[in-house]
Amino acid sequence: MACWPSRSTINDQPSTHLIEFLQQLINGLSLGAIYALIALGYTMVYGVLRFINFAHGDVFMVGAFAGLYVAPAVLKLSNGGPSWPGAFLVLVIAMVVCAILGIVIEKLAYRPLRNRPRLTVLITAIGVSLFLENFGQYAFGVDPQSFPDLIGDHAITIPAWCGPLTDLTIMVSQVLVFAVTLFLLISLRFIVTKTKLGMAMRALSVNPVATSLMGINNDVVISFTFGLGSALAGAAGILISIQQPSIDPLMGLQPGIKAFVAAVLGGIGNIPGAALGGILIGVIETLVVGYSDRLHIPSGYRDAVAFFLLILILLFKPTGLLGRVEREKV
Amino acid sequence: MFERSKIILLVTVAAIFVASRFSSHIDPYYYDIILSIGINIILAVSLNLVNGYTGQFSLGHAGFMSVGAYAAAMFTTYASGPFLGILGPLGPFLSVTIFFGIALFLGGLAAGVTGLLVGIPSLRLKGDYLAIVTLGFGEIIRVIIENVDALGGSRGLSVASGYTNLFWVFATAALTIYVIVNLVNSTYGRGFLTVRDDEIAAEAMGINTTKYKVLAFTLAAFFAGIAGGLYAHDKQFINPEGFNFLKSVDIVTMVILGGMGNTTGVTIAAVLLTILPEWLRHLSERPWLPHWIAPLLANRTIPYSLLLIILMLTRPQGLFGAPGLKRKKA
Amino acid sequence: MTDSDSLLHLRKVTVQFGGLKAVSDFNFRIYPRELVGLIGPNGAGKTTIFNLITGVYRPTSGSILFEGKSVAGKKPYLITKRGIARTFQNIRLFDSMSVFDNVRSAFNMHLRHGISYALWRGKGFDAEEARIEHEARELLDIFHLGKVCDLSCASLPYGDQRRLEIVRALATRPKLILLDEPAAGMNPTEKTELMELIRFVQEKFEIAVLLVEHDMRVVMGICQRIAVLDYGIKIAEGPAADIKSNPAVIRAYLGVDDGEPNSVT
Repeated sequence: MACWPSRSTINDQPSTHLIEFLQQLINGLSLGAIYALIALGYTMVYGVLRFINFAHGDVFMVGAFAGLYVAPAVLKLSNGGPSWPGAFLVLVIAMVVCAILGIVIEKLAYRPLRNRPRLTVLITAIGVSLFLENFGQYAFGVDPQSFPDLIGDHAITIPAWCGPLTDLTIMVSQVLVFAVTLFLLISLRFIVTKTKLGMAMRALSVNPVATSLMGINNDVVISFTFGLGSALAGAAGILISIQQPSIDPLMGLQPGIKAFVAAVLGGIGNIPGAALGGILIGVIETLVVGYSDRLHIPSGYRDAVAFFLLILILLFKPTGLLGRVEREKV
Repeated sequence: MFERSKIILLVTVAAIFVASRFSSHIDPYYYDIILSIGINIILAVSLNLVNGYTGQFSLGHAGFMSVGAYAAAMFTTYASGPFLGILGPLGPFLSVTIFFGIALFLGGLAAGVTGLLVGIPSLRLKGDYLAIVTLGFGEIIRVIIENVDALGGSRGLSVASGYTNLFWVFATAALTIYVIVNLVNSTYGRGFLTVRDDEIAAEAMGINTTKYKVLAFTLAAFFAGIAGGLYAHDKQFINPEGFNFLKSVDIVTMVILGGMGNTTGVTIAAVLLTILPEWLRHLSERPWLPHWIAPLLANRTIPYSLLLIILMLTRPQGLFGAPGLKRKKA
Repeated sequence: MTDSDSLLHLRKVTVQFGGLKAVSDFNFRIYPRELVGLIGPNGAGKTTIFNLITGVYRPTSGSILFEGKSVAGKKPYLITKRGIARTFQNIRLFDSMSVFDNVRSAFNMHLRHGISYALWRGKGFDAEEARIEHEARELLDIFHLGKVCDLSCASLPYGDQRRLEIVRALATRPKLILLDEPAAGMNPTEKTELMELIRFVQEKFEIAVLLVEHDMRVVMGICQRIAVLDYGIKIAEGPAADIKSNPAVIRAYLGVDDGEPNSVT
């Protein structure tokens, strides 16, 4: 989180504490938006296939690297300087690349196992994940690389009439993340509720057999689901690269697991839940890190917090905040 | 008392003892690999009880191994003074043997208790969720060790005495196989299989499925802990990174390749998968190999992950397992 | 017969899943060595009652007493230990194990020795294993499954699998056995054999049988007493002859008719 705005100068006035809190909140929402985008992929795939796509976090990573390789060409079009159209082009290209990757993985590695026990597919997903990570290290090199500045990131100037709020640091990239995520969420809602494919997705998640009997080609719907979820992960990959320009082949690990926890928190299989969960996890993580001195949590334990949360959720409320209980028929 | 399997065990241990007398004649490079084979056999056969025979997918076995490794290492480091003093009169050979035996046992005990503590809450979950939770616990254990300075933290821990030898490793391996095979082949042990096949039917047969799951988990953790202790006193240096998720995946791969629920198969798989990375690394150093292939082989996770995927797609029962269920249970 | 004689007593049992009352205010008694039937249209709640009795579900209200002691909401394996066994609507055999091992699994709960014996393998272990093997094979022989003892149970024909499931349940030495649609998927000859099998089980093993079945010939043919469920409520109870002509029962199965005499056969 190197280039994120840290807390403002402390001078112990109540408004300063509030400003500090708001700052952390803004940072947290920005991070949470990215987790939400990734979490949606996990939850949609679980909804239609009842399986955890272990490799999803690595698709996010591929999105970032796709952006890395396309960015120079795009920047050339705008004569080397940052440009908004260029950034959006990179975003779209990354989303398309990831969508294709997701669909290909599903077709090659998961579809043949459609009728096998769920554990078989989980193991395969682990294999795909490890392959993507390690082949990524081979192809892209192990060391972190720098993502080019596509939009000329800077802090936006807050008008003076906002008073103490002028102490907040809000980056253009953060605004971009909010805007893009919001747009994608709305689009997703539209797709899921108003289009035929979206309705087919929902039908599949409730009863696959009946859905195919209604004349729907389940394979197409599943491919579409994977493509959609992967595209969102790709978008997340670009958005985070704009905010934190250091990318490496293992960058999908931590966000992947956190987004998964977010999906479970929201109720796995529940789309609004995944978005909600993502935001919550992002905010909680930022607050914990931001206040870690006062909470006396040694920084080394940060990575375990997500796992700890996950275990708590699964043990006490496995259906998450918005999920449904599914009973096994005896 | 003189029952057949006990006789086989005693004869085998005696043979191992005799063989170990000649271990100084073995080239150190191969000796190392042979010890690794033995340790991996213990790990794989013990995990097979949980994943194979009881059908519970655990992805955190390396965590228990680490507990045993650190516990045994701590004991030999700090208790050697008093203990060896007491045992001194028995002569050097006997006193070291008993001392190391106690160290290993304590390592196994510590790991077993950890397994019990992890298992009791986790084993309420099934399938994917259990896998993720055990993965989570494995990571939490690793992070805890990383943050405890007394254990060396992320820098690692040096182990003064290299007590591990051929006899210890293979006698333990033989014992592990003896315990697990005998257990599973009794009426009592058949209970594990019922839990794997159909938990609801098992409960209807008066079998306490929770007890069996926790028992398998704890027993497997115990042996993993002993394997950890052996490992620590062989390499004489341990660090948390060596017991991470990848190590757990390694062991799981052996269980899957061998055929879940087939001890002979899993033993053979452990041998094969210990030799394979060495062979691959050897191969990657051949001068006639195109330079771009070498790194693909040297990083053994790449062929490993592909192996996992191909295995699941073509032969999920592994080399020696029964074809088993092709369908999901209705 | 008074209440103290009843083997199984369900009193005002209600179970609710979310907003749906699967079973409402169910009162029912089974006496030792009785053969009782439970019928009703699809979805009436028959398997739910089984699941309530065997501990898979916990009743929202009401009590379930077995031999005078409550079993409501207890864990299934404990209820089996008390003496209630069951078979399942979709056969649930242990697919990876042999016919013999399936029956052997039922002896787990009666084991006198635990894990240490399995590991140490002293004389006590051998004797017990031999006894278990003997009893299991004997049981299989009675039901003509002795020859296929060591085959994988998945390789048995459907009718034999159903029979094996019943044998396995009997091996737990129950006082009451619940059979969930044992005649499903059978042809008329097999069904007649099944009827004789059930009567045989009741007499030779001196146990009570609660039977859920759709085939009326089977139910009317062997049950001493029948209870009828509709939408989770008991609408009738009595001997076969009474049930056959009971108007409420007829309505439940066939709907309201316009006056022609009907009967449920």
